[in-house]
Amino acid sequence: MISAFLARGLQAVLVALIVSVFSFIMMKALPGDAAYRIAAGRYGYDMMDAASAEVVRKELGLDQPLLLQLADWISALAKFDLGKSLVYGTPVMDEIAVQLGYSLLLAAGAVLASLLIALPVGIAAGLRPGGLVDKASFSLSVFLRAIPFFALGILLILVFAIQLDLLPVAGFHSLEHLVLPSLTLGLGLATVSNRVVRDAVADAMTAEWRLFSRTKGLSARLTMLRHVLRNAALPVVAYVGVQLAYLIEGVVIVEAVFAWPGIGHALVHAIFSRDIPMVQGTALTLGLLYVVLNLCIDLACRGIDPRTRLSAREKQGT
Amino acid sequence: MHSQPGRSIRDGRRITGLILLGMLALAALAGPDLVNHDPARQSLLEAMQGPSSEHLLGTDHLGRDMAARLLSGARLSLFLACLSTITAALPGILLGITASWLGGWMDRILCAFADAVLALPGLLLVLMLAAISPGSWWALYMGISLTLWVEYFRYTRQRVRIVLADPAVEASQLLGLGPGTIVLRHLLPEIGPGLLTIAAFGAATAVTAVAALGFVSVGIRPPTAEWGSMMTELLPYWRESPFLIIQPVACLFITVLALHLSVGGGVQP
Repeated sequence: MISAFLARGLQAVLVALIVSVFSFIMMKALPGDAAYRIAAGRYGYDMMDAASAEVVRKELGLDQPLLLQLADWISALAKFDLGKSLVYGTPVMDEIAVQLGYSLLLAAGAVLASLLIALPVGIAAGLRPGGLVDKASFSLSVFLRAIPFFALGILLILVFAIQLDLLPVAGFHSLEHLVLPSLTLGLGLATVSNRVVRDAVADAMTAEWRLFSRTKGLSARLTMLRHVLRNAALPVVAYVGVQLAYLIEGVVIVEAVFAWPGIGHALVHAIFSRDIPMVQGTALTLGLLYVVLNLCIDLACRGIDPRTRLSAREKQGT
Repeated sequence: MHSQPGRSIRDGRRITGLILLGMLALAALAGPDLVNHDPARQSLLEAMQGPSSEHLLGTDHLGRDMAARLLSGARLSLFLACLSTITAALPGILLGITASWLGGWMDRILCAFADAVLALPGLLLVLMLAAISPGSWWALYMGISLTLWVEYFRYTRQRVRIVLADPAVEASQLLGLGPGTIVLRHLLPEIGPGLLTIAAFGAATAVTAVAALGFVSVGIRPPTAEWGSMMTELLPYWRESPFLIIQPVACLFITVLALHLSVGGGVQP
C-alpha cells in the first residue's frame, strides 16, 4: 500500500521537474532579452528604457548564471507559485482551477462512454468466441482504431452536429455539449478495451474454477455474476490504467477540436501564444492528473484482486 | 493470440496492409513530381473547384491544387515517421541489449531514464518540445523519437533477459562464440517480429502525432502542406465542399490503417 503511494509520489516529483525544466528552456529560447520584455510588460513600451530593464534584470536575478536561475525557477514551483498568465494577467492557479473541472468532466464522460460501449460488446463477443459479434466487433475495432481522435471528432461533428443537426458543434453551455466530445474519446478508447474485455471474459469462461462452480450447483447466472465477471474485471481495470496516457493525450486534442474550455485547450492556446507560465501550469496539472488517476487504478486493482494484497503482506512478513 | 479469428485472415490483412503501404510510399516518393502543380501556389480565381482533368482532386479555398498538397503532405508525414522510427529503434534496441547484458547499475540507470520518459503521457512531452520551438519540424521529430524509444528498450530488455538465460546461449558462450554472433544468431531472430510490430505501431503514432499537432496549430505551420493543418484550414468550408475536408482525413486514416494492418491488425493490447 505504502509502496504504491511512494512510487506514484516519486513519479509526481519527476513530472514536476520535467515540466519545470522544459518551461525554463522554453523561456530561455524566446527571442530577445527577457529583462527588456518583462520591463516592457511592467511599464509599457513607451515608458521603459535600458535603465529600467537593468533594474528588472537585477531584481529577478536574470544576470545570474543559468543554473542558479533554474534553481530559482524550480523552487518557485516547489512553493506552488505558478506565476501569472502573460496573456490574461490573472494568476495561473485561478485559470486552472476553473479549467480542471471541465477537463475532469470530459475525462469522466469519456471513460463512461468507453465502458458503455466496450462492456456489452466485449462480453457478448467473449461469451461466443469466433461468433458473429466477435468477428464484427474485431473488424470494426481495427477500422475505428485507425482513425485518430481529432479526425474522429471532425467526422462526428460533420455527421451529428452538421448533417443531422442533433447536437451542438462546439463549446460548452449545457450537458448536450458533453455528448460529442465524450463519444469521440469513448469510441477511441473502446476500440481497444472491448477486445480486452472479450479476452478476459473468454478466458474466464474456459477456466477450471468456472466448471467447478457450475458442478457444485451454482446457477449459470450466479456463476457469471459472482465469478466470471469479477475475474474478468481485473484485466479490464488494469487496462483502463494503460489507457490513461491515451486518455490524457486525447483530452488535450479533443478539447481543442470541440473548443472545450478545459486544461488541454488552455495548454494548446498557451503554446500558441507563448504564455509560458500557463504552459507550465497546464502541463503540470495534466501530468499530475495522470499520476493521480494511475494511483486510483493501482488501488482499484488491489481492491478487486485479493491475491495482490496477500502477496504484499507476505513480502512485509519476510 | 486468441483474439485472432484465424491465420489466413491475418495473413490477408497483413498483405493488404503491405500493399497499401507500398502504394503510399510510392505516392509519397514519386507523387509530388508527377502532379504538375506547386502545392503552395495560390490562384484565387480557381478557388474551391471540383475535380477536373487539370486538378485531379479539385482545389482548396486559396486555389491550391489538392492532389499536390496531399501528396507533399504524405511525403512529409512518411518521412518524419520513418526518421523518428529509426531514431527511436536503434538506440532503444541497443540500450535494451546493453541493459540486460550488463545488468547491475547500468540496467538500473537506463530503466530509471525510461521510467522518467514515461512519467508524462507521450503527447504532452512532444507538445512541450514543440513549444520550445514552435513550427519547427526538428522539435516534433525529437519529441516523437524521445517518447517512442522507450517501447523498443523495454521490449528488447525483457526478451533478451529470457533469451540470455537459455541453455543454447550458454552453450554458444562456452564454445567461445563472441557477443556479435550471439546477438545475430540468438537474439535477433527471437526479438525481430515483436520489434517489427512495435515499429509499425510507433510509425502510426508518429504520423498521428504530426497531424494532431498540425491540427491544433502547434506543429508544422502553413503554408507547408501537412495533413493536420490542412484539416484546420478546410474545416470552415465543410458546407461549400465537404469533399475537401474529407480528403486529408481519409489520407491519414488510410496511412494509419495500412501500418496497423501490416502487422496483422491494430487491436492487440
